[in-house]
Amino acid sequence: MKLLTHNMLTSHVKGVTKGYPLLIKATEVKVNQLDFNPQFVSRMIPKLEWGALVQAAEDLGYRQDLPGELIADYEQNEEFLKKVHRVLLEVEVMEGCLKCPESGREFPITKGIPNMLLNEDDA
Amino acid sequence: RQPHKSYSHPVSRSEDGARKAHANLNGWKLQCGESSITLYLSYVDSEAASVPLPEGLALVEHFVSPEEEAQLLNVIDWSPTQGDVTAQKSLKHRRVKHYGFEFRYDINNVDKDKPLAAGLPDECVPILQRCVEQGHTNVLPDQLTVNQYESGQGIPPHVDTHSAFEDTILSLSLGAKTVMEFRHPDGRVAAVVLPERSLLVMKGESRYLWSVVFCVRITPRKVDMVPAEAPRAGAPTEPGIQSNLTLSRRGTRTSFTFRKIRHEPCRCAFPSACDSQGAPSPSPGPSLPSCPADAARLEEEYVHRVYSTIASHFSDTRHTPWPRVCHFLSSLPSGSVLADVGCGNGKYLGVNADLVTVGCDRSTALVQICAARGYHAFVSDALSVPLRTASCDACISIAVIHHFSTAERRLAAVKELVRLLKPGGQALIYVWAFEQEYNKQKSKYLKQIFKEDHGEFSSTNLLSEKSQKSSGEQISDPSCHLENSHKPSDNMQGVSRVPDAHLSVHTNRTAFISQDLLVPWHLKGGKSQQEENPDLSSSQASASALKLESGTVPVFHRYYHVFQQGELEHLCAQVSGVKVKSSYHDQGNWCVVLQKE
Repeated sequence: MKLLTHNMLTSHVKGVTKGYPLLIKATEVKVNQLDFNPQFVSRMIPKLEWGALVQAAEDLGYRQDLPGELIADYEQNEEFLKKVHRVLLEVEVMEGCLKCPESGREFPITKGIPNMLLNEDDA
Repeated sequence: RQPHKSYSHPVSRSEDGARKAHANLNGWKLQCGESSITLYLSYVDSEAASVPLPEGLALVEHFVSPEEEAQLLNVIDWSPTQGDVTAQKSLKHRRVKHYGFEFRYDINNVDKDKPLAAGLPDECVPILQRCVEQGHTNVLPDQLTVNQYESGQGIPPHVDTHSAFEDTILSLSLGAKTVMEFRHPDGRVAAVVLPERSLLVMKGESRYLWSVVFCVRITPRKVDMVPAEAPRAGAPTEPGIQSNLTLSRRGTRTSFTFRKIRHEPCRCAFPSACDSQGAPSPSPGPSLPSCPADAARLEEEYVHRVYSTIASHFSDTRHTPWPRVCHFLSSLPSGSVLADVGCGNGKYLGVNADLVTVGCDRSTALVQICAARGYHAFVSDALSVPLRTASCDACISIAVIHHFSTAERRLAAVKELVRLLKPGGQALIYVWAFEQEYNKQKSKYLKQIFKEDHGEFSSTNLLSEKSQKSSGEQISDPSCHLENSHKPSDNMQGVSRVPDAHLSVHTNRTAFISQDLLVPWHLKGGKSQQEENPDLSSSQASASALKLESGTVPVFHRYYHVFQQGELEHLCAQVSGVKVKSSYHDQGNWCVVLQKE
């Protein structure tokens, strides 16, 4: 699971109102190599929840010096965009789980894939 | 001729025409729903061209006159139908009336000790006498079952219970024509067109051994001139129409099936299908669910478990993205957030690299294929997608919603897609169409309108009517359905509503005979390999198919609810805050683009 996916996922346990963002508990993390496309990263940034991304990166130990607040004029800042590219698209949680911050329900991540299926009890 | 294969015998008026057809069509590849099909043509001699009817079957055309047809239909007082797409419930239930004796569907037999108070109607007497005079039967029937089918309704495969009825069964078709399929246990299939006012006579092998199955498909909005005794109250009177005719809204097929009750055990020559001679009643197989838990269980067994098992083979056959879906994706603004709900093997996740795309599917195996291809995907159910409300600029759901086994669940799936959309966002939905030959039907439909020419039914009016409907025209109240207008149960005549709950197995590459069905998937080296792989030459394909017929090939059944024309739009109309932007037929699917307000 890449952090771009994590940034979009939310807990959908029945009755939960504060299910975003999910907490990551990772037991295996991988870093891939992906071609850097500054325009694509630049266009993605406004669609993200910046705070959630930074928190997730920090929890995995890959935050490095990513700022807590989105910087101005990031479109032209290639160095910044490269950091975002790495954290968003190259860091991958292979094993672990996502935890609902409100209910504590855990969704397993296996071979890089989060399984968000609910049981009858929590649907 | 090979079993389990579909054959058709097109005939050309000229040798030149036949040669042209062969040159142009042989080897032609078609997209049909999710499969690729190749047509193979060859010349046959004239004897082989006429397909024999099942033994004991006879069809007598023009058996009753239009006046007699109207009279018989008048005997049965059904409430008028709406003709257009109505609520889901009415589609599941055909109407039935029994005379003489009631056929009990729960025991699959007649209660011979409880004859009904009403015998066969007097109007049937001359018809039955004609049957005797023409030699179709030598015994007068004493049981009548009247079935009324709307477009989309039919009967699942069955053989009439041997111990209930004597040999000859007579069935009169009124109101609309239909195609009835006869299936022999050895796999042979014969399709018989039953025109209106024709009599079908079933004896011997056709009555005792062949299974009968059909689903009625009627073009909507057809009207007939029907002779009447006196103008019906409320019937429109128009200048130029004779006073002894009335406009009858056609939308149903009615059959009068006459049978003779059997009082001795059956001693037919077909013991394998005979309940008197020890054959077990066929196991019913899966049925349509009657509650949400049943629905989830049906989908678990006939959707999720199947995809889990066939995932890699399935993925191999799903390689070509459909152009119109690609067009939708390519026209989205750069940087748009797209959710592909039911993404399968990720076929569409990479089409537009400028989008921020995430996919989800119920099948872990398929999502793994997405991940292996570098796409972002997770496992989830389409009824509860773990993405925030109004977080997506666009959604697609291609060939997904037809796997939900109740109307409620299909509606919930659409609502979930809409929930994900930001205001102004669009969703594209594709579902498998009941009408697979849509284009052919369309042109026939238009041709018929030209022929009838009732003035207001010009083709341009129809086309504009249709496009109006696409842009979200008011559709009739979905909560109003036939139950409200149905007469209370009439014990004298044994009125009942029969749910077509049993799910029939579809024969691949034939027309759909029911909206809810199980579609076979032959794993790996089976028939589907040749269906999906157009590169195999016909001889190679036949050889591999023949070789495998003798061995066991794992077959999996996937549940589908195939949509009738208008049904998807009707479903979307039940969701508030969205408009249908466009609605079309593509590659054997019904499609809509929805926009959130």
